[in-house]
Amino acid sequence: MLGHVLRRLLGIIPLVLLLALVTFALLKLAPGGPFSAERALPPEIERQLEEKFLLDRPFHEQYFAYVGGILDGTLPSLKRPGETVGELIATSVPASFTLGSMALLVALALGIPAGVIAALRQNSLLDYGSMSIALIGISVPNFVLGPLLVSLFALQLGLVPPALWDGPRNMILPAVTLGAAYAAYVARLTRAGMLEVIRSDFVRTARAKGLSELQVVVRHALKGGLLPVVTWLGPATARILTGTVVIEKIFNVPGLGYYFVQSALDRDYSMVLGVVMFYATLLMVMNLLVDVAYTYLDPRVEL
Amino acid sequence: MAELVEGTSLWQDAWRRWRKHRVSVASAVVLAFVIVFCAIGPPLVQAIWGWTYEMQDIPLGAVPPSAEHPFGTDQLGRDLMVRTMHGGRVSLLVALVATAVSLTVGVTYGAVSGYSGGRVDAAMMRFVDIMMSTPYLLLVIVLMAVIPPSSVSFAGLDGSFVLMFGALGLVSWLVLARIVRGQVLSLKRREFVEAARAIGVKPHLILFRHIVPNTLGPVIVYASMTIPGVMLSEAFLSFLGLGIREPQASWGTLVNEGSNAMSVMPWLLVFPGGLMTLTLFCLNFLGDGLRDALDPSARKS
Repeated sequence: MLGHVLRRLLGIIPLVLLLALVTFALLKLAPGGPFSAERALPPEIERQLEEKFLLDRPFHEQYFAYVGGILDGTLPSLKRPGETVGELIATSVPASFTLGSMALLVALALGIPAGVIAALRQNSLLDYGSMSIALIGISVPNFVLGPLLVSLFALQLGLVPPALWDGPRNMILPAVTLGAAYAAYVARLTRAGMLEVIRSDFVRTARAKGLSELQVVVRHALKGGLLPVVTWLGPATARILTGTVVIEKIFNVPGLGYYFVQSALDRDYSMVLGVVMFYATLLMVMNLLVDVAYTYLDPRVEL
Repeated sequence: MAELVEGTSLWQDAWRRWRKHRVSVASAVVLAFVIVFCAIGPPLVQAIWGWTYEMQDIPLGAVPPSAEHPFGTDQLGRDLMVRTMHGGRVSLLVALVATAVSLTVGVTYGAVSGYSGGRVDAAMMRFVDIMMSTPYLLLVIVLMAVIPPSSVSFAGLDGSFVLMFGALGLVSWLVLARIVRGQVLSLKRREFVEAARAIGVKPHLILFRHIVPNTLGPVIVYASMTIPGVMLSEAFLSFLGLGIREPQASWGTLVNEGSNAMSVMPWLLVFPGGLMTLTLFCLNFLGDGLRDALDPSARKS
């Protein structure tokens, strides 16, 4: 187990480097550079800038210099040379993380109970009703839902401020907007998982022992029933991270996502590379954690 | 005399099951209406009122829905109904073509991998695993941001379309490849494949004539679930300003424009956003019904 985890952790390194290589090659192959502004710079200044940021070197030297600079935290952003890539990521990550984890919390807190109830009352009106609502939730794009929620709760009712990021009250709308669709997924997955478990022998035994329905569900069924949700958590992290890009734009959240899009448009090679490497590492570590969690929930699974 | 026994084919069986899924059937009908609305709408509007999707009337500006402009107009005085229809054409087209790309790549890749078996299979699936563990949407964002659409325009199509087909098609085939591979693995041991091999059919013909058609059920189900996802991704990228560019419009770009002006001109968000939500809705319900009908083993209960 420990050996497997270590091997997987080591395996992440070449993958991140490979992904960085693809990204860097893509950036370099595309026309336009970080210094091609609308008003062209004098050639000698452009040359000096390129020299300063090593852009006149052969491709492989640039790649190693950039990746190395990101890893030891010395590479400056091309557009804001005063700050390093690491510093810029560190200042904008907390907002994205708070938003993402709150959305995940919303998704699990709404989705799991809904899914469990639907499974326990299978084929009842409650089941059909909650599953239809879930399918509706999946169908409303979050960039449609967000502005609608803002107009209703912020502009009409005045309950929360429309677009600010300075306190827990302001995080409600963005988190709900991002979490709604995922809540719907979680509800469907939980229902499917619970339906499989609820008919198995060990649940019948638990009932036969005279446990209350609540104890049967919470202590016995839920552990197996949540397996699909756990599997989903790995890829979901990736989707929530990229999903924050849109939410950050709608609600003016000073996070990493929208900044990343802007960096890509500005050809800020070092920022784009840094963010891709950061996200890739994060995502692969998350996938590993999910696999480890899986072995605890289902002892039959071996890594 | 013995009664003639008629067997029911998989498709007849599926058709019967699907018809019982009333919500799914209703979704298909609504979807057909949306498609017809978007497809024949623009020439019709042009014939009746004379508007096209890029025709501006700047002095008019943004007006709320009226008899002249059933969905209202945007800030440049463009008729929103015809723009919503045009956006629908673009969104549906992107979703269909990108799904077709992903089907072609996914089915071929999965079939070859499963049929080859052994090391080739292991290596090919390892590649899929790696791709799945990368934040490829970030790569798509980079791709869309750095490649100028004009450099890839192809056969008269706007470059931003081509870029979108490719980018979305190339990232959505992974799950499909896995599904097809799994099917092929079990199909290739069946007697009819054995028989085909015995009479000397060439391997690639066995694979694509005899095996692949038998994977069609799950493939259709999966495709019907990919379309709404791809549509959402297109809108997501267009919303960020990375997808379809002016003067073209898709539902994503229209919703983006609408959400900026929502408090004063709500109709700009409500109509394109509403129609897009309705479409996604129907696609999802349709996919659900198709899965229950074509892939009984994947049913939730």
